[in-house]
Amino acid sequence: MTTTIYSQISRNKRNTWLIIISFIIFVSFLGWFTGQVFFEGSGTFFVLLALIFSGFSCLVSYFESDKIILAVSGAREVAIEENKYLHNLVENLCIGAGLPKPRIYIINDTSMNAFATGRDPSHSIICFTSGIVEKLTKLELEGVIAHELSHIGNYDIGLMSIVTVLVGTVVLISDWVTRGMFYGGRRKSASSNSEISGILMIVGLVLLILSPIIATLMQLAISRDREYLADSSAALLTRYPDGLASALKKLSQDTEILEAANRATSHLYIANPIKSENRGFLASIYDTHPPISERIKRLEEM
Amino acid sequence: MLPIALIVILIFGGYFVIVYNGLVSLKVKVKEAWSGIDVQLKRRSDLIPNLLETVRGYAAHEKEVFENVTKARSALMGATNPSQAQEANGMLTSALKSLFAIAEAYPQLRASENFTNLQNELSDTESKISYARQFYNSNVRDFNSKIIMFPGNLMAPMLGFKQEAFFEANEEEKQPVKVQF
Repeated sequence: MTTTIYSQISRNKRNTWLIIISFIIFVSFLGWFTGQVFFEGSGTFFVLLALIFSGFSCLVSYFESDKIILAVSGAREVAIEENKYLHNLVENLCIGAGLPKPRIYIINDTSMNAFATGRDPSHSIICFTSGIVEKLTKLELEGVIAHELSHIGNYDIGLMSIVTVLVGTVVLISDWVTRGMFYGGRRKSASSNSEISGILMIVGLVLLILSPIIATLMQLAISRDREYLADSSAALLTRYPDGLASALKKLSQDTEILEAANRATSHLYIANPIKSENRGFLASIYDTHPPISERIKRLEEM
Repeated sequence: MLPIALIVILIFGGYFVIVYNGLVSLKVKVKEAWSGIDVQLKRRSDLIPNLLETVRGYAAHEKEVFENVTKARSALMGATNPSQAQEANGMLTSALKSLFAIAEAYPQLRASENFTNLQNELSDTESKISYARQFYNSNVRDFNSKIIMFPGNLMAPMLGFKQEAFFEANEEEKQPVKVQF
């Protein structure tokens, strides 16, 4: 058990760097491409521009992603006096897990969900919807908190938060460039008909079409397995897998939609906040979460 | 011949250093985890004087119980190692149990806000102790298994590492709490 978690921690740290570097390379290439095709071969200048931009957004997402995510989700911090019950549960489980106590945020929404964010355990935040705090029993809520604490302890949160912001940026950029290409392409079509520019155009087009897909897949790859791992660490921490299992059951029966969640932040939550019925094969490829029934089954087998 | 010997020595030396560092860092973790328990034990004993004062106001003649609690508290404060602390904490638990049993006979005491607050604080501290104990024991388990297993079993005695003691719950604490009406 311990070896799995330790290797998970080092893998998370490594992946964080990998994602930052591939983001910088991706943006630089987009910059070069934009410069070559639309601005008469001033690629180098645009690579520099892209490097500055991507470096800046990596720094921002490393240090500020938690604040961005909380602002997007409409969460506010809860003081100890305001909800002593919740603070106490979190504090006790933190003692058990040997983690510093995270700050606690609440989203005012009657649907049931929760997520953790921050860059490392000493800068961590747990966010609950007011619905989950009110509707779950103490034992169930402990299971949920332990699940989120495992994400914190395994360094999942840093990676997931950075991915949220960087993936959001990639989608945004490719959006811009796609629009720019149609605009710029029309303007340039009369003057340039060289072969190189044609090939570049195709490569760029493929890249632009692929980039949102790559971004989505990246988001998925990092979130499915770690839900299982966080579930089992949570069971280890509370010594009561049934608590989390019964919480997940309630979460899966909850039909309310969390308005504050969107495609960029959905993978952070304990249960997928974006619900839709009768999804086909394609939709299930893009699922950010393993099926809840499977998670409950694994917990009940413990 | 000399270079080969040198390489062998280097490899063994490096391996030795890695194992040694692993043991040291686990031992540090055990110590940290212990201080987590220690903080909560201290918090528990800090609550006692107030509690005694409150109960004394209503049931001044139950001297023996007060004495037991005070004795257990000073034993807990004077404990210098985990096994002493464990024993003293167990004593305090049973002494407090008889204190609360007495409190049952004084409805005014039970109704007093001060008393209920202290009671809640105490039970909160107790659950914190049990979580801290869980974390400590899991660290001790990691450390001890490193010492028992190869190559720790060869190196630990040479380097003076000994197995650490678990912080067990008392038999009494393990029993489910009886609720009487």
